[in-house]
Amino acid sequence: MILLDRVSKSYNRRGAALERVSLHVEPKEFVIIVGPSGSGKTTIFKLLTREEKPTSGKIIVGGMDYEHLKDKDVPLLRRKIGVVFQDFKLLNNKTVYENVAFALEIAGISNNEIKHTVPKVLDLVGLKGKENSYPLELSGGERQRVAIARAVVRQPKILIADEPTGNLDPKHAWDVIKVLEKVNQYGTTVLLTTHNQEIVNALKRRVVTIQDGHIVSDRAQGKYKSA
Amino acid sequence: MKNHKLVTLKRIVKNGFVNFGRNIWLAIAAIAMMGITLTILLFAFVANVTFNHTISDITSHIDVSVYLKDSVSDAQRDNLIKQIGALDNVESVTYVSKIEALKQYEQQNANNPDLLAAISETDNPLPSSLVIRPKDPNDLQSIKDFLDKPQVQALQSDPTSYSGDRKKAIDNITRATHFFQEAGVVGIIAFIIISMLIIFNTIRMAIFNRRDELVIMRLLGASTAYIRGPFIVETMLYGAVAAVISLVVCASLFKVAASTLQASSLGLLDIGYANHFFTSHLLEILTLQILIGILIGAASSSVATRRYLKLNR
Repeated sequence: MILLDRVSKSYNRRGAALERVSLHVEPKEFVIIVGPSGSGKTTIFKLLTREEKPTSGKIIVGGMDYEHLKDKDVPLLRRKIGVVFQDFKLLNNKTVYENVAFALEIAGISNNEIKHTVPKVLDLVGLKGKENSYPLELSGGERQRVAIARAVVRQPKILIADEPTGNLDPKHAWDVIKVLEKVNQYGTTVLLTTHNQEIVNALKRRVVTIQDGHIVSDRAQGKYKSA
Repeated sequence: MKNHKLVTLKRIVKNGFVNFGRNIWLAIAAIAMMGITLTILLFAFVANVTFNHTISDITSHIDVSVYLKDSVSDAQRDNLIKQIGALDNVESVTYVSKIEALKQYEQQNANNPDLLAAISETDNPLPSSLVIRPKDPNDLQSIKDFLDKPQVQALQSDPTSYSGDRKKAIDNITRATHFFQEAGVVGIIAFIIISMLIIFNTIRMAIFNRRDELVIMRLLGASTAYIRGPFIVETMLYGAVAAVISLVVCASLFKVAASTLQASSLGLLDIGYANHFFTSHLLEILTLQILIGILIGAASSSVATRRYLKLNR
């Protein structure tokens, strides 16, 4: 589903953010990427969403080779990958319903289909009844679940979540993680980065540890190793 | 897929209108500037048309008179008329006999008994003449060249009217016409450029105001057209609204000017004619103005969005 083959990325000449990183993720896998700030986790995500281009190496996601990807195909790529950010990136002047519908509008989905799909997804993330609230009226955990709803409403094959629990207290963090597990159960490949040791250890999933731009360990049912 | 595109197009247009409403203050500033530009444009256009009308009115009265000696026979005269009539730039040739010349003279000087007394029918010093009306008053020289040939010169009692001071005056009028036309075009282009720069800046501010939303749209995979489209729709709306405003401003300006300045002419600008032209071509002018407004808006916002949206990432 995701293949990184000896991928390097440097933003300037002084040092590389990623150096010859190779990673293979199977369909329907749930992979946690851990590592200190500045280790290169976010760079991997930016490469996957094509916000950045690799300096060298090969990236293939869902059968698409990024080397042959044209600029005009980037929007189509992004519609196939659901993305969740630490800072939610919701539109605060739109309601919960409108925020989720927004992702479908962009993709040219008809209004009827939007009316049909959005309530289901809001139900999935446990936000039934909050359709008409605005993001600023919600708690952090609820906001992040809106963001997840927006990311999965187009039924992407891949969901990448960059520190989705970073701004949340433990209880809300767990709410978010549970939703991600549920999404994974429905067949979506999930890539998650987190700092939260407790979550990593409790999930018992594949853990990839990254440090200074290198993958230093990659274990099934891994544990968080504090540096 | 076709349905997809139609849905997207509808949303682009709808979002353009929504953004227009949401940025109403920014919109008002841009519309005001565009309105001023279009008003000046329209005013310059009508003034130019009126001016041309006045000029062609004047130039249609430009003619060249050839004064004939009394000794010229009827046959010689008819032959000369034929030859002149065959010249490229000649519209018509009219013969004015000595008696007709005297009548014209009497009419022109009806209030001046001294001048009238100086001339009588028995002792008529006025020569008979040929009045040549040119097709193009800017090119009288070719006619003059023919009249200056020695065998033609021999038939003339006085120099042609296209010489000396009169030649200078005629040349001045035609030169002025050209100057005003060229100045008008330069002025209009300058104002269009200024207006586009202002719209350019307005869009830049609109993009800046909405940068969070645009980043999110980009990350969620919105196509370039889907992001740019609403901005372009929005500025096209500016253009259309500004066009209507400018038309209303100009219409009331001409109406007021035509009724309060009873004098039908302000120097070379014939207000009466301008008002008449304006009201009789109202629909064409409105269509043209809206088209120009939409075009200015679309052109400047497509440049601005290309420059500031940084969509290729």
